[in-house]
Amino acid sequence: MTSLVSLRGIQKTYDGKQLVVKNLDLEVSEGEFLTLLGPSGSGKTTVLMMLAGFETPTTGEIVIAGQHMTRLPPQKRGIGMVFQNYALFPNMSVAENLAFPLEVRKLPTVELRDRVEKSLAMVRLTPFADRRPSQLSGGQQQRVALARALIFEPRLVLMDEPLGALDKNLREQMQYEIKQIHARLGVTVVYVTHDQSEALTMSDRVAVFNDGIIQQICPPKELYERPGNSFVAGFIGENNRLSGVVRKIIDDECLVEIAPGVTVKARKVGVHATAEPTTLSIRPERVKISPQAGEVDTVIAGEVESVLYHGDHIRAHLRGLGPAPFVVKLPNTNGAAATLVAGASVSIGWASRDCLALDLMEA
Amino acid sequence: MSAPLSAEQMAGASPTAMPADIEKAARRVERRQAFSAALLVLPLIVLIAFAFLIPVGLLLFKSIDNPVVAEGLPETLTALQSWSPADGLPSDAAYTGLKRDIEKAKAEGTLGVIGARLNQDTPGARSLLQATGRRLDATTDADPHQAFIAIDKRWGEPEIFGAIRNAGDRYTLNYYLNALDLTRNTAGDIIAKPEGQRLHINLFIRTVWVSALTAFVCFLLAYPIAYLLAHLPARRANLLMIVVLLPFWTSILVRITSWIALLQKQGVVNDALASLGVIGEAGRLALIYNMTGTIIVGTHILLPFFVLPLYSVMKTVNPNLVRAATSLGASPFTAFRRVYFPLTVPGIFAGSSLVFILCTGYFITPALVGGQNGQLISNIIAYHMQQSLNWGLAAALSTLLLVMIGIVYFLYTRLVRDQR
Ligand SMILES: Nc1ncnc2c1ncn2[C@@H]1O[C@H](COP(=O)(O)OP(=O)(O)O)[C@@H](O)[C@H]1O
Ligand SMILES: [Mg+2]
Repeated sequence: MTSLVSLRGIQKTYDGKQLVVKNLDLEVSEGEFLTLLGPSGSGKTTVLMMLAGFETPTTGEIVIAGQHMTRLPPQKRGIGMVFQNYALFPNMSVAENLAFPLEVRKLPTVELRDRVEKSLAMVRLTPFADRRPSQLSGGQQQRVALARALIFEPRLVLMDEPLGALDKNLREQMQYEIKQIHARLGVTVVYVTHDQSEALTMSDRVAVFNDGIIQQICPPKELYERPGNSFVAGFIGENNRLSGVVRKIIDDECLVEIAPGVTVKARKVGVHATAEPTTLSIRPERVKISPQAGEVDTVIAGEVESVLYHGDHIRAHLRGLGPAPFVVKLPNTNGAAATLVAGASVSIGWASRDCLALDLMEA
Repeated sequence: MSAPLSAEQMAGASPTAMPADIEKAARRVERRQAFSAALLVLPLIVLIAFAFLIPVGLLLFKSIDNPVVAEGLPETLTALQSWSPADGLPSDAAYTGLKRDIEKAKAEGTLGVIGARLNQDTPGARSLLQATGRRLDATTDADPHQAFIAIDKRWGEPEIFGAIRNAGDRYTLNYYLNALDLTRNTAGDIIAKPEGQRLHINLFIRTVWVSALTAFVCFLLAYPIAYLLAHLPARRANLLMIVVLLPFWTSILVRITSWIALLQKQGVVNDALASLGVIGEAGRLALIYNMTGTIIVGTHILLPFFVLPLYSVMKTVNPNLVRAATSLGASPFTAFRRVYFPLTVPGIFAGSSLVFILCTGYFITPALVGGQNGQLISNIIAYHMQQSLNWGLAAALSTLLLVMIGIVYFLYTRLVRDQR
């Protein structure tokens, strides 16, 4: 796939003191759905604003479809954008909002009407053409914003937390719709969110942002299965953390001492030498309760502190493994929770490929 | 395991079926809330009643109230009831009645008041009445008609009786006629005033024109200021806000005096222009003591009243809207014209209405810097309140001003609504 967007050596500071974006290099392929995921304040919106042309990078350059964009004003970039809180024009009707980008492009009236109608049909808002945005529900406003950003057929569409204001059900439905439209139109999307499940379900690739730096950029599955560092492991899904010291390295595995005399085998991800401190990350759903011999590589004893019933699954907090409660997640199959009673001692275990030795998590 | 709900149970749970006592209780709660809300606004209602509604009501009443002649010359008026100036002089009964009325008024000391009232319509009537009052005595009883004419030959003309009758209605529209540059002839018909005496209509027109012009100049100046205020970083915006509000910290008289120092013929502006050679000594600009002065100083004094509402509206415009417009391909100017400006129209409306209305009511500024052609209707109202003491006319002019502002405001609202 050819690269559509290149960000090269981008740095950005607003006040001349603190770098909000630190040395960003990013390629976005034609037709790709790339998500920038990160906690609030990590610089995601800033990256989007630089792409759209509302902010100028302090250093570095932006190339879109072979054209240098760094100094081009936003109206000449031809990039569609869906803003946080939609930014629909309150003084115009839905149809007028959709017609706006076509009007400023001086499209003939007949074609303009035709395109607006098709666009309304695409987001199923034909009956609402003459309403003002304030007379629409949140989900409907969202669809207008989406249609408006797509109606002039841009090659690149930017979306800044477009679903942030919607409730959970609507959000899931809109995620699906956005994916459908993306698949149908083949447009390139750079999508910003702080919601990890949204990022995982929608994207071709996810770039995890923290502190102005891309921590990891890869397909969603890899992000979950093979987090590159302890920030990503902690940010994407749940994980249990145990700190320890590397005692021995064998190929791509290592032995880590988590308590005096207690050593576990782990996959080597972020450690390089023996005697290095490390953080072990274990996903709660990969932990087995009372494992059979040979089923797992590591077996450890713990005490059940509490059991929470979640319907489709059961969560247990265990004591005795590190300072924080150790979380175990079991599917709610018959008899799964039989041994899990508060105060009971249980043995737990996991395969060494499910235990990652990552860099030391800073406090 | 609970059994599924029966149809009956479902109906019971529906929100439409409301037992009567619940409804009553809900209404009771509502009433109690309404009552405490009313208690909270009571002081405001009392204030509005005493400071606004009652004075305005009295004003409206004053503009039609006309008791002086009706109560002062009752017998004359009775005798004049079926008389018309076309008949020539009134009957002797009118003279007899007038004599009795004047003597009674003299005894009660109200002759001066009656004279003053008649003087409003007929200049000279006051001294005529006073002189007549002094010279009436028992000898005039025999033939009051001739006796009156002997005292002053104006009593031998029908005009003065027509004036008395025109002024004799207990409630009158004459003040409104006067305010609209109309009058009644001796026959009581409504006619236009003589050319030289028509001044109110022109003043009303000038007031609207000057106020509209001031509001427009304020708009031109306020829009960029409010824009800066709403879009500068907070610290610099605060500084600018202080500059905008600075005029409020100085007395209005001090500000006007400063403007006089700046704008007069030998003032700073003219001196500067003359020394730069832009204007010659003979061509010094008349910037004050005329309509220009009223507009310049009015603009300065009223500008904050435009900036503040406009600023508060601009503050609420989501900055992403203009960004969205440019990202959709609009030039900055198109984004401004199609998106930003329409959203600030409510602020323009509020600001211009405020400035316009305040301007129609201003009289200190025009009085001090307006010269001859910069006087507004409020100056005439003030004159009749304070100097001529013709409160009826002042009240009628004020009422017309109120109505006029109401009409302008109504038309303006329609205009702005259609714009959006
Ligand atoms: N216009 C601005 N001026 C100054 N600082 C800003 C501006 N916009 C964002 N920032 C700062 O830059 C950092 C990153 O912000 P942002 O890109 O909005 O993060 P995110 O979208 O990931 O929440 C934050 O610390 C924020 O305070
Ligand atoms: Mg953001």
